Amino acid sequence: MRIGLFVPCYVDAFEPEVGIATLELLERFGLDVHYPFDQTCCGQPMTNTGCHAEAAATEALFVKNFTGFDYVVTPSGSCAHQVREHLTAIPQTDDVKAVRAKTFELVEFLHDILKVEEFPWAAFPHRVGYHSNCNALRGIHHARPSELNKPYYSKPLDLLRKVKGIEIVTPSRPDECCGFGGTFSVFEPAVSAKMGYDKVTDHAQAGAEYVVSADSSCMMHQKGCAARLGTPLKFIHIARILNGAAA
Amino acid sequence: MSIEEQGLRETAPESDHGQDGRRLQHAEAATKPVAVKPSAAKAAREPQPRGAKIRGDRPIDQAEAAERFLAAPLHQKAHDARLWDLRGKRDVAAFGIPEWEELRDLASRIKTHTLANLDRYLEEFEANARANGVHVHWAADGADHNRIVHGILKSHGAKTLIKSKSMLTEECGFRHYMAGTGIEVIETDLGERIQQLDNEEPSHVVVPAVHKTRFDVAEVFARTMGTDPENDDAHYLAESQRMHTRPLILEADAGMTGCNFAIAETGTVVTCTNEGNADLSGNVPKLQIHSIGIEKLIPRIEHLGVFIRLLSRSALGSPITQYTSHFRKPRAGSEMHMVLVDNGRSERLGMEEFWTSLKCIRCGACMNTCPVYRRSGGLSYGATYSGPIGLIIDPTFNKRKYSTLPFSSTMNGSCTNVCPVKINIHEQIFAWRKVLAEEHQIPLLKQGMMKAAGQVLSRPAAYRAAIGAADSALKVLPRFAVYNPLNTWGKGREMPETPRQSFHSWYKQNRMTKQDGAK
Repeated sequence: MRIGLFVPCYVDAFEPEVGIATLELLERFGLDVHYPFDQTCCGQPMTNTGCHAEAAATEALFVKNFTGFDYVVTPSGSCAHQVREHLTAIPQTDDVKAVRAKTFELVEFLHDILKVEEFPWAAFPHRVGYHSNCNALRGIHHARPSELNKPYYSKPLDLLRKVKGIEIVTPSRPDECCGFGGTFSVFEPAVSAKMGYDKVTDHAQAGAEYVVSADSSCMMHQKGCAARLGTPLKFIHIARILNGAAA
Repeated sequence: MSIEEQGLRETAPESDHGQDGRRLQHAEAATKPVAVKPSAAKAAREPQPRGAKIRGDRPIDQAEAAERFLAAPLHQKAHDARLWDLRGKRDVAAFGIPEWEELRDLASRIKTHTLANLDRYLEEFEANARANGVHVHWAADGADHNRIVHGILKSHGAKTLIKSKSMLTEECGFRHYMAGTGIEVIETDLGERIQQLDNEEPSHVVVPAVHKTRFDVAEVFARTMGTDPENDDAHYLAESQRMHTRPLILEADAGMTGCNFAIAETGTVVTCTNEGNADLSGNVPKLQIHSIGIEKLIPRIEHLGVFIRLLSRSALGSPITQYTSHFRKPRAGSEMHMVLVDNGRSERLGMEEFWTSLKCIRCGACMNTCPVYRRSGGLSYGATYSGPIGLIIDPTFNKRKYSTLPFSSTMNGSCTNVCPVKINIHEQIFAWRKVLAEEHQIPLLKQGMMKAAGQVLSRPAAYRAAIGAADSALKVLPRFAVYNPLNTWGKGREMPETPRQSFHSWYKQNRMTKQDGAK
C-alpha cells in the first residue's frame, strides 16, 4: 500500500516529532510511506477565512503533490476535513476528486482502513484527557458528538485503550470547542483565549496529566493558554503515544 | 422566560418539588439558579457590560464587545453557566426520546416542504383565517408592519398595547417606532420587560435578559419602578414587577403576540410560553393583533406535535412549555388581526445556500451550545438575532453592517447538531465567509494576509526559505497568527516554542535515501 504522508504546515514548523511519529507508526505496519517533498499546506487558513480564490494555488499544489497514492494520511483531523470537504477552489478534475476521497486523518486510517487491533510497542502509564478537534469530531466523524442521540463510539479512544497503562479521564464538557478555530484565534483573540483557559482548566480539574489530541493546532493554542495560566498540563499528539512515546 | 431561567431566584429547594415530593421537570423549576451567596453579593457587584457599539451601517465589532463582556467575569461566568445548564437539560430531554434524531429529520422535512410551497400555504392560511373572522394584513417589510399595526391601534383609539415577546417585532423595530406615536407599549414577558425597562434589546431569543444578573435587575427595577435598590431578592423583584405590570395588562386597550407556528389548514396562530403572558396579551383586551413571520407556516395541525415535541426540549430541556395556546377566532365582541410579515424572507428563500435558515423555529438551542456566544453575550452581536443563527440570518438584513458576524465563530458545528430542524448552521457560516470575501466585505488587512499566506503556501521554495532559516518559523507560521502587526496570539497565550528543525529538514537529513523527488 503506497501512502502519501501529508505533514501539515504547523506540524512541520512546530511539532516535527508528530510528523516523525506518524511516519514511523505507518512504517511499523509495513506500509510504503512517501513524503512528497514539495508539500506545504492544505489551504485551510485561507478557505476558512472565506478567501477561496487565495487558496486555489495552494490547493492545486496539494493535489499535484498527492496524486497517485493509494491513500494520503495526515496527523490532523482539521486538515483532512479541509481536503475532503472544502478543497473546492480549483476545478474538480478526476485527480482532484481522487486525492480528496483518498485523504484520511491518521486515527480514522488506523481504525477504519488498517483496522489495527493492537499497539504492542505502546505504553503510556499516565492520566490523559482526550481533546477532539471539532472538524475531526463533527466533520469527519471521529466519535459520536455529545449533541446527538445516537449510539456511542469513539475511534481515538478505541485506539488509546489499546495502549498499556493509559488512564483516560473525561472533562466535564468533553467536546466543547477549545477556541482555536484557525484564524479565529487571532481575529477574535479574547474569546479564543478564554475558551482555551476554560478548556485547559476543565482538563486539569478532571485530573489529566496530559491532553492528547489528533490535532496539533488545538494543542498549540491550549498549550499557550495553559502556560499563561500556569496550569501544569502536558500535551502530546496521539500519533506519538500510538508510536510508543514514553512521555 | 421564568425567574429561574434568569438565575434570579434565591435557592429555595422546596420549590423544585411537587406535592408528591418528586422533583418537578417543567421549565420553571428544572433550571438550577446560579447561586451567589448573599454575603458575597455586595462585594460581587459588577456593572453590566453593554453590547456592541452601533455606528450606522459600519461593520459591528463583535470582538470588541465580547472583550468587554469577558472583562466582567461575574456576568460572563453566570451567563456561560446558565446557558450550559440549558444545553445539559436539552441533552437529557433529547436523549429521553429514542426517536429524537428521526423527529429532527421529520421536522426538517416538514419545514423544507412548507418553504418550497410557501405561496400556496400562505394563501390557504389567509383564506382560513378570513373565514374565521380574522382581519389578515400583509406587510412587505418592518416599516410596513409597524405602520399597519399602528393604523389598527389608531383606528380603535388605543392608548396602551400589551404584548408578549416576539423576535419578529424586535426585527421590525416595533417598540422604537411606537415610541414616537403616543401609544404606550408594555412587554409582558418578564425577561423582555426587564429589557424594555432597561432600554436594551433582547440578548437571546428565548431568555432575553440572560446576560443580566439579579443585581442588574434590582438596579433596573429601582430606577424604573421605584423598588428598593438594595433588595435583589428574586421573589421581591418578581412580585414588584407583577404588581406594577398587572394593572397595565388588565386595563390595556389592545394586545399583541408573536407566533411560534401558523397552521395553514386552520388559520390558527400558536404561541408557546412559560408565563402565560401571550394568553393575557391575546385574551384580555378586546383588540388583539398577532404578528407572524411568513416562515412560521406549517401545513396541518397534525404537524404541530412534531414541533411541540422538539421546541421546548431544545430550548430549555422541558418536555413542553407551560402554555401552548391556539388563537383561531375572535372572541364575541372582540376583534382579531393577523399581520403576515415578509421583511426579507422572500428574498432569503431565493438564496441557494442560505434559504434553509428559514426553517428556524427560534428555540435558541444553537445559542445555548455555542461556546463563543456563551462567552460573548448576545448583545455583542449588535443585531436582533445573535449567536449561530444570527450569524447566518443577520447578513441577509444588512450585508455590510453584519459582515463581521460570520467570523465570530470557530465553526465547531455544535449548533448544527442541536438544531431541531437540522439547519446546517456552521456550513452556512462557512459559506457566508466566502460570499463576504468575494464581495470584499471583509477587512482589507484580513484579505491581504490571506493573499500573502496563499502566495507563500503555494510556492514550496518561498515556503521553505521562510521555514528553513534558523528559528524563523515563527515569522511565517502560522503566518496568519503571528505575522500581523498586533500579535494578537501573544496577548492571551504564550507563543509556541520553535523546534530545532522542521519535519522537512529532519526528513531530508534522515530519510533522503528514499525516492521522493527530493532536490
